[in-house]
Amino acid sequence: MSVTKKDVENIASLARLKFNDEELENFTHQLNQILSYVEKLNELNTENVEPLSHPVENNNVFRSDELKTSVTTEEALKNAPDRTEEFFKAPKVINQE
Amino acid sequence: MNSKYEAVIGLEVHAQLLTDTKIFCGCSAKFGAPPNTNVCPVCLGHPGVLPVMNKKVVEFTVLMGLAAECKINERSIFARKNYFYPDLPKGYQISQYEEPICQYGKITIEFKDGLKKDIGITRIHMEEDAGKSIHDQGYTTMIDVNRCGTPLMEIVSEPDMRSAEEAYLYLTKLKQILTYLGICDGNMEEGSLRCDANISVRLKGETKFGTKTEVKNMNSFRNVEKAIEFEIERQIDIIEEGGKIIQQTLLWDADSNVVKPMRSKEEAHDYRYFPDPDLMPVVVDKKWKSEIASSMPELPDARKERFTNQYLLPKYDAEVLTSSRELADYYEKVLTVTNDYKSASNWIMTDVLKVINDEKISINEFPVSAENLGRLIMLINDNVISGKIAKEIFPEMLKTNKEPNEIVKEKNLVQISDTGEIEMAVDKILSANPKQVEEYLSGKDKVLGFFVGLIMKETKGKANPQIVNELLKSKLGRLKGK
Repeated sequence: MSVTKKDVENIASLARLKFNDEELENFTHQLNQILSYVEKLNELNTENVEPLSHPVENNNVFRSDELKTSVTTEEALKNAPDRTEEFFKAPKVINQE
Repeated sequence: MNSKYEAVIGLEVHAQLLTDTKIFCGCSAKFGAPPNTNVCPVCLGHPGVLPVMNKKVVEFTVLMGLAAECKINERSIFARKNYFYPDLPKGYQISQYEEPICQYGKITIEFKDGLKKDIGITRIHMEEDAGKSIHDQGYTTMIDVNRCGTPLMEIVSEPDMRSAEEAYLYLTKLKQILTYLGICDGNMEEGSLRCDANISVRLKGETKFGTKTEVKNMNSFRNVEKAIEFEIERQIDIIEEGGKIIQQTLLWDADSNVVKPMRSKEEAHDYRYFPDPDLMPVVVDKKWKSEIASSMPELPDARKERFTNQYLLPKYDAEVLTSSRELADYYEKVLTVTNDYKSASNWIMTDVLKVINDEKISINEFPVSAENLGRLIMLINDNVISGKIAKEIFPEMLKTNKEPNEIVKEKNLVQISDTGEIEMAVDKILSANPKQVEEYLSGKDKVLGFFVGLIMKETKGKANPQIVNELLKSKLGRLKGK
C-alpha cells in the first residue's frame, strides 16, 4: 500500500492544513516509509485473531446519570478567539439558496 | 404517484434520550437553558479531557433494541467520526460505527385497513449530539455548545418503505414506542426526535435501487410525509423527462413546500472513522441484558391487544386509548373506580380528548382526575344522576376537579327517581296540554318526545328519564283505553 501526492493533498485539506510543494513531496515520502514499515505486520497470519479496538483490556467504565456543576458561561468563552456576551462566534460555513 | 414507479425509502432517526446528564459528562442535558451554560471542559472539547460513558444511555438504547426485536451485541465500541464544523468543538463526533450496540430488528406498522408490514431495523447506536449554530447573523455563525454531548440514539431502518404514508406510519410507531419506554419525549418540533430520509425511485419490478437523495430538515411528522411525497414526485418527473437523479443532500423548506439542495463548503464527506481510544468497549452480558429486559413496560401493540381482550373494547377504542402510554394509564386508572369499560372509553374518547385537543394540553395536564371521572360514571350507573346531568357536571369538574358527588349535592342535582314526584309533574304537563294529548291519542306517537321535554324542564332535568318514559306511557295508555 502506498500513497500518492494527491492522497496527501486530500488528507491535508480534510485536516484543514496547507502545504507547499516541497512539504507535500516530503510528507508523501515519509508517509510511504511509515506504511511500508507497518506493512511488515502483514507477514503474520492473523486469521483467528480478534481485531483489537483498545490496547487496555478493560470494559464498562461508566458514570451514573448524576448532575455535576458546569462551568460559567464567562469561563467557557474565555479562550474563544471571537465571541459575543453569550455565544462563540465563527465564520459562516453554510450557504443555503 | 405515477403507477409505473415505486419509491424506496429508508429513515435515519435521531432520538434524544431522556437522561438528566449528557452522554460523556455530568452537564445537564435539559433543553432550553440560556446559551453556553450547560458546558464543561469535556463537552467544550478542551484538550486532555476524558469522556466517561453515562450508564443510563446504554440501558435506554438496549431497551429500545429489545423493543425493536434487535440482536443486542454483547460487545460494542465507540468510534470517532471526523469532520470540521463550528458546532463540533472536538473536530469529531463520538459515535458507533463498526460493532454498534443493536442490529437486525424490526418495527411493525399497521395500515388503516388493519394490514400490517414489518420495517427492518439495520442498527441502533449511541452517539453524542453536536452544538447549535445560529446562522442568521450576517457573516458570522453563533455557536451554543449546550446541546453538545446530549445523548442520542440513532435508529437506522432498512430501505423497506414504499410510500410517504409508510414512512409516516413507521415514524409515528417509533415515537409511540420511544414514549412508552419513557426514553425520549418524541417532540419533533423541539428537535428531540429528528428524521432524515433516504429516497429513491425505480420502475416496479426492478430489483436494483435507483440513485438516492437524502432529505433533511423536516421538523414535524406531517412535514416528513409531505417532503417525502414531494421528493418522490420530483424524482419521477426528472426520470420521465429523460433526466438523471443526482445523489445529493436536500433540505425541506416548510414555508414553500419544496426541497432545496444544501450548499455547503464542506467537501464530499470522508469521515475517517476509527475506534475512539478514550472510551472502553461496552459489554452487555446476559445478566445485564435480562435486567434491562425486566424493566420493559407493556408495549403499545400488546396493550392494544389486551384492551380489546380484557375490556372487550372495539379495536378503534383500544387504538385511540393506547395511542400514548399516559392516556392508556389514565383509562386504566378510571377503571380502578368503575368497571364500566365502555362508558369509561366513551367519556375519554369524546369529552376528555375534546378538551385535550382544544386546549392543546397533554393528558397529564388534564384537570379532572381519572378517579373523579370514574366516580362520575358510577353516579350515572347507580341512577343518582342522569347522563344529561353528568354532561352538565363535567364542565364544573374541569374548572375545579371537585368530586362529582359534591357538585351534585351542592347544586341539588340528585336525580328524582321518586315515582310520586315524577307522577305529579307528568299529570301537570298532561293536563296543561290537552291538545297534544288528543294528538297522541289519535296516533301521533311523536308527541311523546314533546311531553318528555316539558317534564324534564319541569323537574330541571333531574327526573330519571327511564321512569318518566314509563309513567308517561302508562298514563297515556290508560287514557287511550277509556
